[in-house]
Amino acid sequence: MSGALRVEQLGKSYRQWGGEWRRMASWFAASMQPREEHWVLKDVSFSVSPGEAVGIVGQNGAGKSTLLKLITGTTRPSQGQVQLSGQVSAILELGMGFSPDLSGRQNAYHSAGLMGYSRAEIERVMPEIEAFAEVGEYFDQPLRTYSSGMQMRVTFSVATAVRPDLLIVDEALSVGDAYFQHKSFERIREFQKQGCSLLIVSHDRSAVQALCSRAILLEKGRMLKDGKPEEVMDFYNALIAEKENQKREVLHHASGKMQTVSGSREAVLINVQLLNAEQQPIEFVAVGEAVELLARVQVNADIPQLVLGYMIKDRLGQTVFGTNTWHTRQVVQEARAGSVVEYRIAFAMNLGPGSYSIAVALHANDTHLSDNYEWRDLACVFHVANLDKSDFVGTTWMTPTIAIRR
Amino acid sequence: MKAMMLAAWRYRFFIFSSIKTELHTKFVRSRLGGLWLILNPLAQVVIFAFVLSSILSARLPGVDNHYAYAIYLMSGTLGWTLFSEIVNRCLTLFIDNGNIMKKLVFPKIALPLIVVGSALVNNLLLFVAILAIFGALGHVPGMALFGLPLLMAVNVALALGLGLALGVLNVFMRDIGQVVPVIMQFLYWFTPIVYMPDIIPMQYRGWLALNPLATIVGGYQQVLLYNRAADWAGLGAIAAIALVLLAFSLLLFRKAGPEMVDQL
Repeated sequence: MSGALRVEQLGKSYRQWGGEWRRMASWFAASMQPREEHWVLKDVSFSVSPGEAVGIVGQNGAGKSTLLKLITGTTRPSQGQVQLSGQVSAILELGMGFSPDLSGRQNAYHSAGLMGYSRAEIERVMPEIEAFAEVGEYFDQPLRTYSSGMQMRVTFSVATAVRPDLLIVDEALSVGDAYFQHKSFERIREFQKQGCSLLIVSHDRSAVQALCSRAILLEKGRMLKDGKPEEVMDFYNALIAEKENQKREVLHHASGKMQTVSGSREAVLINVQLLNAEQQPIEFVAVGEAVELLARVQVNADIPQLVLGYMIKDRLGQTVFGTNTWHTRQVVQEARAGSVVEYRIAFAMNLGPGSYSIAVALHANDTHLSDNYEWRDLACVFHVANLDKSDFVGTTWMTPTIAIRR
Repeated sequence: MKAMMLAAWRYRFFIFSSIKTELHTKFVRSRLGGLWLILNPLAQVVIFAFVLSSILSARLPGVDNHYAYAIYLMSGTLGWTLFSEIVNRCLTLFIDNGNIMKKLVFPKIALPLIVVGSALVNNLLLFVAILAIFGALGHVPGMALFGLPLLMAVNVALALGLGLALGVLNVFMRDIGQVVPVIMQFLYWFTPIVYMPDIIPMQYRGWLALNPLATIVGGYQQVLLYNRAADWAGLGAIAAIALVLLAFSLLLFRKAGPEMVDQL
């Protein structure tokens, strides 16, 4: 099957031979043992079926780029193997092999040649490349006169001129203007529809969640998690916030999803509830209904500052709205151990129909990345139904007033 | 080995396009453009011709051209330029292209082939320019010229065999990149390009036979200046050495290739 990828027990180590002569001897004598081995990737196994889109996330140095390099074949694995079928196209870095003094067109020819296409093939796709890049008459100007966004347009167009069976993208999608970003996303989605498998490395949560049906979390060269993008991203966020002596647990939430709870536990959530106007806990909310988010916090240690943040996420895990009491200038100062703090957040549920979740975090400053007391995903899950509004689509209810003149 | 050649063949468009690009980018923003290719080595010839002609021109028996020494210089320079360009560029080839080797998948053998192709184009341009100058000086090379392509082939094989091995090793031991230019300098002066072999004292002249470049450059001089056949017996031996060296380099290249990327 084309576009299928299997990675088995993949590992990459950098070897110290303790001298260049020993290294050279190792090329010709298989029995040479390296003095030291440094593993940057170890025991990574997963498979991607044709048409599947998988995101790879992880902190810097987690081994993401090494993994992609091993899969594309620019470096050889020290252990395990990569099996793939069909044509692979990799965008590990945009603008590779481009020369500033050549025109966009010449660079496109050259770079497509570097990807292994013959002259005839390149000539066939050249009009398509030119059209997709949309840089106008600049296409025949030297590349050095381009803005970086324009360069990126040309390079992306070349890299995706021919639909591969497996497309590998490393962080390349975050450049370019909004219009072109949309366009490149569209193209990747189009590829996906036609059965192209996708492997993306990104720190961009929304990109991973929008494109991928699965995500893999790498940490220190090992595979930490393989699952739904939403769960993996939550876990990843918790991982970032994790510091020493912090606990992190993954609970099975009632909704069947994985719930990540992390933090130092210096302050913990007793309960989080969504209340209606009658102060009754609710799970089904009407569009536009006035609701209140109640969060009660138990303080376990003396803490100088306490901030509560909440984030409403849709079914796909995309954030719809989020803020915290740091931004609203309502930081609780000098919270004493044993005290209980109650937060009531009132708002109108101006969301589109669907199911949503609320993640709540307790921390000291403007983000949960430092001094994270508790981070709780899926602290509250609710469904929005359209009871009294006109029909609409989307995640937001924006009260329309339509005037028509004839 | 066969797979390597097949891969290079599949990438032939890239190889040709790279050679073209290289020529193009070198000159696209200079006024004299491609002339610089020829001007650089010729400038050297002019310098030596001016400085040394009065000392050395008397020592060219059998040539009745007034500019014999200049012609001698140019003949040797043509051979040397081809050799040194390939060796010097191969030396830093993998280091210079480290970035694309790390990020893109393509047959690495394409890189030295691009170097050879582009050096050959440069050398042919120089050859044409030299022929034109010969004409202007009233010197017309004879039928021996037909031996030149073979001479070039031996030259390229030796240069590539040497350059490729040095280029691979240079990735792991960067000292090589420093020491080779010095050795090339020695080699240049140990090869009778600027001077004639007969000014070397008799007792040392035998050493010259150990320098394959002396035989190759001597061949160029025989062909271009004296219109005589090159020392084909000597060149045959050098060609054999060059092929062995080339085979060794390719083996080294294949064995070290995977690790090379990790060291860039």
